[in-house]
Amino acid sequence: MSSVIIEEGRNYLNASASLKSWLLSTDHKRVAWLYMASLTFFFFMGGAAAVLIRWELITPAADLVRHDIYNRLFSLHGIIMVWFFLVPSIPTTLGNFLLPLMIGAKDLAFPRLNLLSWYIYTLGGIFTLLTVLLGGVDTGWTFYTPFSSMFSNSYVVLAVTGVFIVGFSSVLTGINFIVTVHKMRAPGLHWFRLPLFVWASYATSIIMVLATPVLSTALLLVALERLLGIGFFDPDLGGDPLLFQHLFWFYSHPAVYIMILPGMGVVSEIITCFARRNIFGYSFMAGSILAIAILGFLVWGHHMFVSGQSAYAGLIFSFLSFMVAVPSAIKVFNWTATLYRGSISFEASMLYALGFVGLFTMGGLTGLFLASVAVDVHVHDTYFVVAHFHFIMVGGMVTAYLGGLHFWWPKITGRMYHEFWARMAAILVFFGFILTFFPQYMMGWLGMPRRYHTYAEEYQIFHVLSSAGATILAAGYLLPLIYFAWSLRYGHDAPPNPWRASGLEWQTSSPPPVHNFTQTPVVTHGPYNYDPRNEGQRRVTDL
Amino acid sequence: MSPTSSDSTARQALREQFVHLEQQREADTLGMWIFLATEVLLFGALLACYTVYRLAFAAAFEAASAHMHLWLGTLNTVLLMTSSLTMALGVLAARARARGYILLMLVLTIGLGTAFLGIKFYEWYLEYSERLVPLPGLEFTFEGVNPEHAQLFFNLYFTMTGLHALHLLVGIMIVLVMLILTWRRYNPLLLEYKVEIAGLYWHLVDVIWMFLFPLFYLVNPRG
Repeated sequence: MSSVIIEEGRNYLNASASLKSWLLSTDHKRVAWLYMASLTFFFFMGGAAAVLIRWELITPAADLVRHDIYNRLFSLHGIIMVWFFLVPSIPTTLGNFLLPLMIGAKDLAFPRLNLLSWYIYTLGGIFTLLTVLLGGVDTGWTFYTPFSSMFSNSYVVLAVTGVFIVGFSSVLTGINFIVTVHKMRAPGLHWFRLPLFVWASYATSIIMVLATPVLSTALLLVALERLLGIGFFDPDLGGDPLLFQHLFWFYSHPAVYIMILPGMGVVSEIITCFARRNIFGYSFMAGSILAIAILGFLVWGHHMFVSGQSAYAGLIFSFLSFMVAVPSAIKVFNWTATLYRGSISFEASMLYALGFVGLFTMGGLTGLFLASVAVDVHVHDTYFVVAHFHFIMVGGMVTAYLGGLHFWWPKITGRMYHEFWARMAAILVFFGFILTFFPQYMMGWLGMPRRYHTYAEEYQIFHVLSSAGATILAAGYLLPLIYFAWSLRYGHDAPPNPWRASGLEWQTSSPPPVHNFTQTPVVTHGPYNYDPRNEGQRRVTDL
Repeated sequence: MSPTSSDSTARQALREQFVHLEQQREADTLGMWIFLATEVLLFGALLACYTVYRLAFAAAFEAASAHMHLWLGTLNTVLLMTSSLTMALGVLAARARARGYILLMLVLTIGLGTAFLGIKFYEWYLEYSERLVPLPGLEFTFEGVNPEHAQLFFNLYFTMTGLHALHLLVGIMIVLVMLILTWRRYNPLLLEYKVEIAGLYWHLVDVIWMFLFPLFYLVNPRG
């Protein structure tokens, strides 16, 4: 069926209204909403843990919660934010919604598998919720052995089971996306005509598919050791607890690229639109996405410089970690070059995208500090590391997620949100973020250890600044809940292409009809169409 | 077959998101290949553990391997390899639309796979009675070099053969589904490639065993 008669005003949102039609929908656009609901829930749950942590850390003494509760708070914050928010975030919401639209397809390759992925995610989430309700886990999100396998008195098996299950959701989504990009592209849509968001989603999916099984094995072995005493990491048996770290980080380093690559894809779409310029260096942008994905598998040992691994291993991992920064840097340079001589406007999503470029760069540069073995010896397990990854994950990824939500909100909901409040929120997020996390670089450098419940007096000023910033950041995150909800009821109707953006998703109505397009599009040029007068640019993308 | 009935067979076979059947077949097949890649990584992580410990405790691993039931393991290897042959023949039969042969080959495949599992369970029982199972509540006794390191060998053995058996069980169920579909005269345009996809999974389970067999049984074959 390539042409369907569309009734006036019927789209995927109003096509059917029952709860069953939402919970059993295989329409990728509805599945994206299911994920958006779950993700928002987990984001605020992980955020609540963060609020308690930052509140506690205002004073050096332990006056809000007991030590073991504090350990459970930061563990749950990490577990929830990494596996139940960041890893799925852009892929399952924006990716699910936009991927078929961007390639001119009716749906993903495997719509039923997509729905199953959400149910599996939900099942994993239930295990995590159970863990929280029963009292939590205190091993940190990293589950290091032998503490997790032998000594912890918390709900380790329950927690790792939740993560194990949600891993399947990741893998199935990854398979779906890869097959979709390979097999479902519209006529004329060659690989080098794909939007960078599609490239980013594709590379993310490759990492998801190859890295996640290793985590599954690592967690399975921890569970087996706890439940059945099968000691892989038990030193009494000659087992090596460090083996767990190798297996864990072999997944978890690529995982951070799973988390950031989709954000980079989003930023490319937004910056081109609001600078009114085609992307600078399209093939290098696509190539660097792939390079990040591949090199990301080779650097896991930089989490283990002080673990006792050999100095030669440290040397090699350090060198490779410097290498993996290069493609990321290329992207930053190319975004900057795209802005140059552009006609720039500062819509809310653009504010987020620009914020991403700045904050990601800072986070990335501090990654290089950490990649130097000599420096890392001093700052490993301090707040310097915490600041580094929050700059990338929050300053980068969450910012990109919000930017993407704003950019595509009119397409997804058919409504315009209130631009003034959106810009306010973006500004609050940006400045709140810096106040929260910049002091953490400083105190980490001065020696404040991470995961510490109590600390020396000299660090208090930094903690107070950080917690103050967290309050502003929280306000910035709560605002969108309000004005997005408001827009669903009272927002202006969105035209098909409110931002005059390029991309197939903007060629259909807002919101799209159930089958996305009234007629299968035929693609005749590259993904970015902002700069018709610049012949040089067009030639590169117009392959 | 008249043109109109094969058209409608093709139309019924085509899922809504696809434009033509060839695209659907390619997508389903690619999906299975990628899934197989994830399985390689899953077992690969365990193989990495095995490698680390074998390099560290070579003598203990040799001694432990001598306790494996080599003939049962060899028999199992022959059975599983033969089942891969029957599966491959089943795929050829599906392409030739030879329903009788498909049924025969799939039944043989299931039979051989089930026999493998039976022998595996028997082996585990033997190991249990030889007190080589390192579970709580069970005595683990090992004479000779370093029983702790030997215990690592057996931890790996039971975990990896256990995980493999689980995958084989899933494989048997998948082939059983193919058998039922063939019996009920399922759309032959679909059956043709779905049997192939089931075959891909089956062959992977076989390949994994081809790694497990030498790593556990042949460390010290003259032992």
